[in-house]
Amino acid sequence: MDMKTSSGKKLGLKEKYRHMTRGLDWETSYQKREDVHPLVEYEGIKIHDWDKWEDPFRLTMDAYWKYQSEKERKLYAIIEAYAQNNGHLNVTDARYLNAIKLFLTGISPLEYMAHRGFAMAGRAFPGAGPRVACLMQSLDELRHAQTQIHSLSNYNKYYNGFHDPAHMLQRVWYLSVPRSFFDDAVTAGPFEFMVAIGFSFEYVLTNLLFVPFVSGAAYNGDMGTMTFGFSAQSDEARHMTLGLEIIKFILEQDPDNIPIVQRWIDKWTWRGYRVLTLVGMMMDYMLPKRIMSWKEAWEVYFEQNGGALFKDLARYGIRPPKWLDQISFDKDHISHQAWATFYQYGAIADFHTWSPTEDELDWLSAKYPNSFDKYYRPRLKFWREQAEQGNRFYNKTLPQLCQTCQIPMVFTEPGDPTKICYREVDYQGEKFHFCSDGCKEIFENEPEKYKQSWLPAHQIYQGNCFPEGTDPTAEGFDPVSKVLEYYNIGFGQDNLDFEGSQDQKNFAKWRGMATSNE
Amino acid sequence: MSVAAIKEYTFDSADRLENFHGMQVLYVGWEDHLMFCAPFALLFPPETPFQAVIDGALPGAYSYHPDFAKIDWSQVEWFKSGEPWQPKFDQSLTANGLGHKAVVRFRTPGLTGIEGSCS
Repeated sequence: MDMKTSSGKKLGLKEKYRHMTRGLDWETSYQKREDVHPLVEYEGIKIHDWDKWEDPFRLTMDAYWKYQSEKERKLYAIIEAYAQNNGHLNVTDARYLNAIKLFLTGISPLEYMAHRGFAMAGRAFPGAGPRVACLMQSLDELRHAQTQIHSLSNYNKYYNGFHDPAHMLQRVWYLSVPRSFFDDAVTAGPFEFMVAIGFSFEYVLTNLLFVPFVSGAAYNGDMGTMTFGFSAQSDEARHMTLGLEIIKFILEQDPDNIPIVQRWIDKWTWRGYRVLTLVGMMMDYMLPKRIMSWKEAWEVYFEQNGGALFKDLARYGIRPPKWLDQISFDKDHISHQAWATFYQYGAIADFHTWSPTEDELDWLSAKYPNSFDKYYRPRLKFWREQAEQGNRFYNKTLPQLCQTCQIPMVFTEPGDPTKICYREVDYQGEKFHFCSDGCKEIFENEPEKYKQSWLPAHQIYQGNCFPEGTDPTAEGFDPVSKVLEYYNIGFGQDNLDFEGSQDQKNFAKWRGMATSNE
Repeated sequence: MSVAAIKEYTFDSADRLENFHGMQVLYVGWEDHLMFCAPFALLFPPETPFQAVIDGALPGAYSYHPDFAKIDWSQVEWFKSGEPWQPKFDQSLTANGLGHKAVVRFRTPGLTGIEGSCS
């Protein structure tokens, strides 16, 4: 028999939320508080009253399940229809699929890491309000990883390079960039994690990640990607609110928190910006139908929106992140520098690269009048001419990498795009190298952390990137083929130029069958 | 300042010399030739003569570039960690003061890449 409650009335949403985030919390009595929440003080952040935390969404668990399951039903109905109708043949061009490979290998595993990170941060906080908010975001991130993998698995039936993103994240050279970014965040303390991912990434930079991919999908006929993007959008709005709330909460709690938070904002804006180089390249080179240039996206989503945000944060004693002058100068350059990198190391990547068409070069000239014709067009034209003569450029020598962001040292001096930017530090008798003042300063603040960086080029040289049982001293040992085997990249399938690839041939053949009588 | 941590936090560097099985890393960059997107990381025994780096490794790394064949090696300007520097060509990396993870850059006067674009 049900127990009769005193009033017989159900609680309203607001009351439920209040109970969940205030009333159900308790003071520990069997264990000391600092033993239950051992990670909450060592970063130096001081919190005096956790109840000052305000979550504008005030979402309860039952409401959360209801909203999410509705979205889930719609998403899977559309994905199913897309798959049934051979939607993959409606994308603008098979080159587009390489942008989605980049997303699946470089971004989706980070959603999973975000799930873990928010779960850990939630566990670490003594306050029930932020704990609940972290729990929900943790679930969202897990859902995003799942829906992305489900949506994109449809492409894996037809095209190369989609087959093993989780394995590749741990091994493939360029994926050490997004991987180390997130590993850095989840191995920091809970407050730094929240400023790194909750604020700097989700609030300041997320539009630069999701808008290009989701709009890119819409522009290029990719209903699957577009749908998971929209399905995630309402979650993103909540995440942005959480990111802003956490930073205001920390800053209001104690003036001693301000310099710590400022250093994290400087660090994580720079770290995030470096990872977004991949997005810039995707926007400028990999979408057959372009949305806007990287430079335009940066101006809208960072310079305008971010500018307003930091004006708002000034009253808390926070100034805009460091190195913005350099970032502003570099917006004319980084996407071209990144594409050149993937083009030449195209033999060891899991997606295809290609020579842009003449039309595409003209588009880039128009979007980048200060830089493209002067510095980048001659290079791309030379490469295209060489490729047409059967001499396509594949760089076979390993590059020097930045110790902090782990990107090859491709970036140029602030103000001089003809000079590679070299920075170095001697620490405990060893030299460490950096692509920028930002990455160098991040290292100098925590050298013990970054001297452990797993730099792919060095790991190959140390013999750690071959399949188990490989004997590098054996006759005829071919390091490149062994490294590709270790990466699970199929030579001639997943890598090399798009021109002549299986993806190109299959797409043309299947689209021909779908649209003509041949 | 080092790392904020809940207990003592010290680790070995992942790229310390002893992890390279008797070899050392030397980084080499060619100024004004950014067609090679980044400086190269090369692996040598420390007793390698500097001339052997030029003869043994640079052609494989750089000869795709039409400027490489035009280099007058007697005119090349060298830099170590960014500072002008004169290598002793017949002497080893060690005797040249090039330790593990040293950076050498070279500039080839008159050669400035594809159509002068520093590519």
